[in-house]
Amino acid sequence: MSTTAPKAKPPVSTPDKREITTKPRFSDKVFRGVATAGGLSSLVILGLILIFLGYQGFQVLRSEGIGFITGSNWQVMQDNAGNTDLAASTFGIAAMLVGTLLCAAMAVVIAVPISVLCALYLTFYAPQFLKKIMVAVIDLMAAFPSILFGMWGFFILMPHVEYWGRLIHKYFSWIPIFKMEIPVFTRSPFVAGVVLAIMIIPIITSVSREIFSQTPLDRVQAAYALGATRWSMIRAVVIPYGKSGVVGGAMLGLGRAMGETVAVYTVLNLVYQINWHVLIGAGGNVASMILLKFGEAGPTETRALMAAGLVLFLLTLLVNSIANTIVSRTGGKGR
Amino acid sequence: MINPSEDGNDEMETKPITSSLSDVAKATQARKQPGSGALGVGLEARGIHAWFGDKLVLRDISLDFWSGTVTALIGPSGCGKSTFIRTLNRMHEFIPGAAMAGEVLLNGQDIYEQGTDVTKIRLKVGMVFQKPNPFPSMTIADNVLAGLKLAQLKTENKDDLLEECLERAGLWNEVKDRLNAYGGSLSGGQQQRLCIARSLAVRPEVLLMDEPCSALDPGSTLKIEETIQHLSSSMTIIIVTHNMQQAARVSDYTGFFLSDGGPGELVEVGPTSEIFSRPKDIRTENYVTGRFG
Repeated sequence: MSTTAPKAKPPVSTPDKREITTKPRFSDKVFRGVATAGGLSSLVILGLILIFLGYQGFQVLRSEGIGFITGSNWQVMQDNAGNTDLAASTFGIAAMLVGTLLCAAMAVVIAVPISVLCALYLTFYAPQFLKKIMVAVIDLMAAFPSILFGMWGFFILMPHVEYWGRLIHKYFSWIPIFKMEIPVFTRSPFVAGVVLAIMIIPIITSVSREIFSQTPLDRVQAAYALGATRWSMIRAVVIPYGKSGVVGGAMLGLGRAMGETVAVYTVLNLVYQINWHVLIGAGGNVASMILLKFGEAGPTETRALMAAGLVLFLLTLLVNSIANTIVSRTGGKGR
Repeated sequence: MINPSEDGNDEMETKPITSSLSDVAKATQARKQPGSGALGVGLEARGIHAWFGDKLVLRDISLDFWSGTVTALIGPSGCGKSTFIRTLNRMHEFIPGAAMAGEVLLNGQDIYEQGTDVTKIRLKVGMVFQKPNPFPSMTIADNVLAGLKLAQLKTENKDDLLEECLERAGLWNEVKDRLNAYGGSLSGGQQQRLCIARSLAVRPEVLLMDEPCSALDPGSTLKIEETIQHLSSSMTIIIVTHNMQQAARVSDYTGFFLSDGGPGELVEVGPTSEIFSRPKDIRTENYVTGRFG
């Protein structure tokens, strides 16, 4: 602190902390402005969507109250003049919310192991030429229009998935979610989950591959120098390092799976009743429901759909922030 | 892979005949004066060449490493010392485009022989790297025992092995109360000794050290040099170093590598005292007296 010998208790008279500043140059100011504008624009757009949905949906949300997310009825009543009678109509999207979560969760459960294995193969096992081709194909898959996934799922995949569903039902029906009273396998949440899984595999693979390839080389070499096989090296070094990245990729995938509309609409049978049994051909999905109703909805029903959109928006936000918390808690270690 | 050990024995008998004259000359040169602690040749490099892509980086290196001795490899940067020791436990092949020629005999068996399980070679020839690299996701104890897990080995008493390895690496007293702390919580010097302990846990016959002290402070360097002295009675140690005092302090033999812009070559090898006091080659003399490099 000072060069003179300490007399009494030096900590008592520490100086105030100085404010550390710098005078930016003009060019830096300009760039800072541009970057800030770019950065904030996404926030502004998000905010505007939220306000729009909230404003449009407010009336319905107020009249339905909590019933909007706990009820499962969607009935539009009209008065004698042909206008929608808001008080007599009921709007409830509980079944759709449950269905959305169920399909998305199933998609993530199916997609994550496949994606992680794919990423590990690409990073550590694939020969160079195959790696290049596969990376290109996977990136293409991520940008594939979802209606094509939906159509392919409907015409090609569904018969097979129904068969898998039968097998699962035969051997695992003791697990509650695989139970079913009526054997209707067509257009079930399980089918939708499989289609969604295929859609999100490229995203999770791509994120996982990125993080796996960044594994510090010195740790990889340390493991090999200790006589590690490739698999034991991956388990001891790559997985601990890449774990949080994989979770992050899974969250991106989950977000996409929850918001996916057209593909799910093509393969899922929408039923206004909460159904936890994934193999039965009756499910729900908020985004698909909005698509289904939007074309023929009157002004009030459109408002209700906006409210449904708002709830989906908030649900996605909630799930993502929970996931982020999990990532930041479990991350850190192993990096 | 029918019977690798038999194949190896056949090979061993034929090899000295096929190796070139200069190899034999250099080999005998190194063999002339085994140190008092020498137990026999543990590791022999025969005519090692190494390439990165099309570029030849090492030409015709032949060196014997005696059990129970420390061999220091010195030379200016870029002369291929690290590349050379990485060929000795087959870490060289991890670099894309890397190739090699020649033979490395571990107890008479060529480690590059077709059908060799490379993981077994690396268990016998351990390596300590320039930068301390403990596994950050593991505790100190898990780090030391990581090799057992990685190579799927079993041990009777893990606690004894843990203590023995940390003791031999000179780290036991500093960490015995916090074996469950993470490896990253140690200082750089401690981390490096942890890495040495980790290498010892799989009981290698040879330990390769690639500039183990270059990232460390003098105090830690001293500790690691003491550790090397301790270990040298029971194993073969090969250390690459830029620090000539260190080579003089810890090694029994010294090899001087040099590259004149082309591939690195072994200029001279001999007992450390002779390399530093009466080098035969003028280039060695210039280097050890600090006139270049």
